Amino acid sequence: MTVVLEVRDLQKTFGAVVAAKDINVTVNEHEIIGIIGANGAGKTTFVNMVTGYLKPTSGHIEFAGRNIMGLPPRDITNLGISRSFQVPQVFTSESVFDNLQMAYAITEASGMGLLSPLYNDERAARVDSHLKRYQIAEYRNATASTLPQGVRKLLDIAMAAVSNPTILMLDEPTSGISVEEKFGLMDIIMEALRQDETTVLFIEHDMEIVERYVSRVLAFYQGEIICDAPTAEALVDSGVREFVIGEEYHRTRTEAANGQSNGQEGDDNA
Amino acid sequence: MQELIVILVDGLVFSSYLFMVAVGLTVIFGVMKILNVTHGSFYAFGAYMSATLIGAYYSTDWPEFGGFLAIFAAALVVGVFFGIVLERGLLRFLYHRDEHIIVLATFAMFLVLEDVLLIIWGTDPYFAFEPMTLLGSVDIVEMTFDVYSLTLICLAVVVGLGLWLGLTKTKWGKLLLAVIFDREVSQAMGINVTVVFTVTFVIGAIMGALGGAYIAPTISVNPGIGVEVIVLAFAVVVIGGMGSIPGAMIGALLVGISRAAAVHKFPEIELFVIYAIMAVVLSIRPEGLFAPAQARKI
Amino acid sequence: MRYVDKTVVGLSIAFVVLLFADFFMAEWMRFIGLQSLARGAVALGLLVLWRTGLVSFGHALYFGIGAYAAAMLTLVGYHDAFFLVLAGTLASGLLAFLLGFLLRRYRAIFFALLNMAFSMILYGVIVKTEELGSTDGFSVLTPTFLGYAPQGEAVQTTLFLFTLVFTYIVTVGVHLYLKTTLGGMSMAVRENEIRVEYLGYSAEKVIHVKYVFSGLVAGFGGAIMALAIGQVDPDSMANWNVSGEFVFITILSGIGNVGATYIGALVFELIRTYAFEYAPQVWQFILGGSLLAIIMFLPDGIWSLIDRLRKSEG
Repeated sequence: MTVVLEVRDLQKTFGAVVAAKDINVTVNEHEIIGIIGANGAGKTTFVNMVTGYLKPTSGHIEFAGRNIMGLPPRDITNLGISRSFQVPQVFTSESVFDNLQMAYAITEASGMGLLSPLYNDERAARVDSHLKRYQIAEYRNATASTLPQGVRKLLDIAMAAVSNPTILMLDEPTSGISVEEKFGLMDIIMEALRQDETTVLFIEHDMEIVERYVSRVLAFYQGEIICDAPTAEALVDSGVREFVIGEEYHRTRTEAANGQSNGQEGDDNA
Repeated sequence: MQELIVILVDGLVFSSYLFMVAVGLTVIFGVMKILNVTHGSFYAFGAYMSATLIGAYYSTDWPEFGGFLAIFAAALVVGVFFGIVLERGLLRFLYHRDEHIIVLATFAMFLVLEDVLLIIWGTDPYFAFEPMTLLGSVDIVEMTFDVYSLTLICLAVVVGLGLWLGLTKTKWGKLLLAVIFDREVSQAMGINVTVVFTVTFVIGAIMGALGGAYIAPTISVNPGIGVEVIVLAFAVVVIGGMGSIPGAMIGALLVGISRAAAVHKFPEIELFVIYAIMAVVLSIRPEGLFAPAQARKI
Repeated sequence: MRYVDKTVVGLSIAFVVLLFADFFMAEWMRFIGLQSLARGAVALGLLVLWRTGLVSFGHALYFGIGAYAAAMLTLVGYHDAFFLVLAGTLASGLLAFLLGFLLRRYRAIFFALLNMAFSMILYGVIVKTEELGSTDGFSVLTPTFLGYAPQGEAVQTTLFLFTLVFTYIVTVGVHLYLKTTLGGMSMAVRENEIRVEYLGYSAEKVIHVKYVFSGLVAGFGGAIMALAIGQVDPDSMANWNVSGEFVFITILSGIGNVGATYIGALVFELIRTYAFEYAPQVWQFILGGSLLAIIMFLPDGIWSLIDRLRKSEG
């Protein structure tokens, strides 16, 4: 297994508030990792630091053998780490097609290529096939602001995946989505990313989603990683049960064991 | 030393003047997020109205000091009238539009009011020196200053303190701060934002008119004073941080004293020293000196 | 080519029509036409920024630099229109490039006002410079055109022709630029800068390029204006209300089409000229009133009328 991302001793403080403390993570190629933790536990801070939106106070982030600490998001994106957002970041008043066309154009063009026309037939064909993979082709000409939440989430993730990144970090892909739709949405996303052999880290609150799609779990609590283990193991970890899953999530060990088999399914997918 | 004191006193007087014209602008921006170009018209109308009322007052044989009442009456009349007419008659139809569009609408209104001013008062200058001569002059380090200008400093302090206390200590002020903090939430909490907007705009308009009304006795009131003042007030507000009252005060002091220094030491840069300060401050602190930075949640 | 660009066709037709009209126009029409082309060019610069979601309340800075650069060169003995206009355009472009490093960090009202601050610095400098005639400005001698020195009415005819050719080139150029990836990124930056960054490009760089474009065309407009009216002065070239007028024209035109800015400029020029001539006491009233009317009743400018007409036909 090849290590693609290595995070060592990452710290982030805002004044007296410690948002991240002693974060150490090694991510291997093709892994599907779930990031769990209560609100304010430091999950999004972690994603923000790795993707360059926040500058860590100290520590070390290495991607594909290269130090990426302190680089802005655009450079990190160009190196191969992309992300989606909890609140979809799309071009709201434009059509779905135009959103993706722009994503392709920015990804593909560099130097003098920026001065070539925005529209060309080959690019349009790529946009359309991408729309199909994410199953949002029927919304091709709809304005982004009018989309149902699930479609907007898919568009956001599809835009992040345009560059075919080595690592894609998804910030709560299923937040704001009804329970019935969650699995359908995740199936679409994970299938598309599996084809691209993308390494995925995603933040998730729903443990059923975690069990089904993820082979390994990072559990955050108060800015620290309190558990980094294969999914089945992590979900029965006492610390995780106390600080992350909480009391609403009553499960017996047998149920957790079922979860284990699901977890392995996720492993197979990867 | 003598020069230094002169610069300081001149600077303070000028700063007070700047604060008086800028504070209304910043209050309106703070609450309504509108950069109001018609503020220059409020100022000009305030000045003309004040000159007219002072003239009318001193043509009677009522007690001399009563002339000061004319100044405040002028500010009230102009501020209340234009405040209500503009907010209810124009701005409320534009709240949902882009901020640039609203600025332009107030710019258009400013152009209209410039001509209305000319139609009412004509092109000849107005003078209303009576209140100033009444207070006489005083010598500071062998330099003569007129007392009236020095009272401007007191007025600015009173207005500044009054607004600050009104905002932080009264129920109305707290409502205002809630609206400033989050318009939608305050609406949900049952605060009548419509009324808050109208009242704020009227208060801002009175401030602008008061600036003009109070300064009127010291200048020749002529067409074009509105233009000068609006550009100055913008600079002060932007430097201090738009929407911040302490910011307007610091901005006014910074600009006022620098300009007084420039006038005495390097008259050739007097005109653009203000904008140079503005450019420098903004390039270091984009939001101005006192405005809080806003983070965006993703 | 399979794909025909309607805007380029429209601009070309207008260009040819005006080219012929030049020889039949009355002098006052040509004068208004020249001013409309010059101001329209500045509005074109504002359109480029506006599509990115940015409005400048200080483009009189670049207009003024273009005008004064061209005019000052005539003081030291250069009179060729090609050289003067090129110099004015480049001088503005250079300034926009330099200030762009600072301004690209600002958005919304801060961008608008910082631009105004810089334009007022220029205004202050000009007013205080005796050598440049201070508030009175100075006259600009009739230019020559690659050695050809027209006399009498031929001066304006030639200047109009010259202006028309270059305005055509500049406008088509800006239009084609807006169709490129870099130009089209206006939309992306306006809608969501965070997404742009996370797609791997710098939103600030996009803005900077646009800012330079807008500075170049505004400088071009300024240089043309200096030659057209044969005079430069700070109050009609660099003061804040001049910037306001450019924004006015942009609102009037709408940002839907590059050609519309010239129509907007022409309408503005007509309103202003006639208001000033027939109602000198209330010309600002009329100007402000029409601006208000457009904001209230025609929010997307004149171009939206044309668009609506085309749609009802089609």
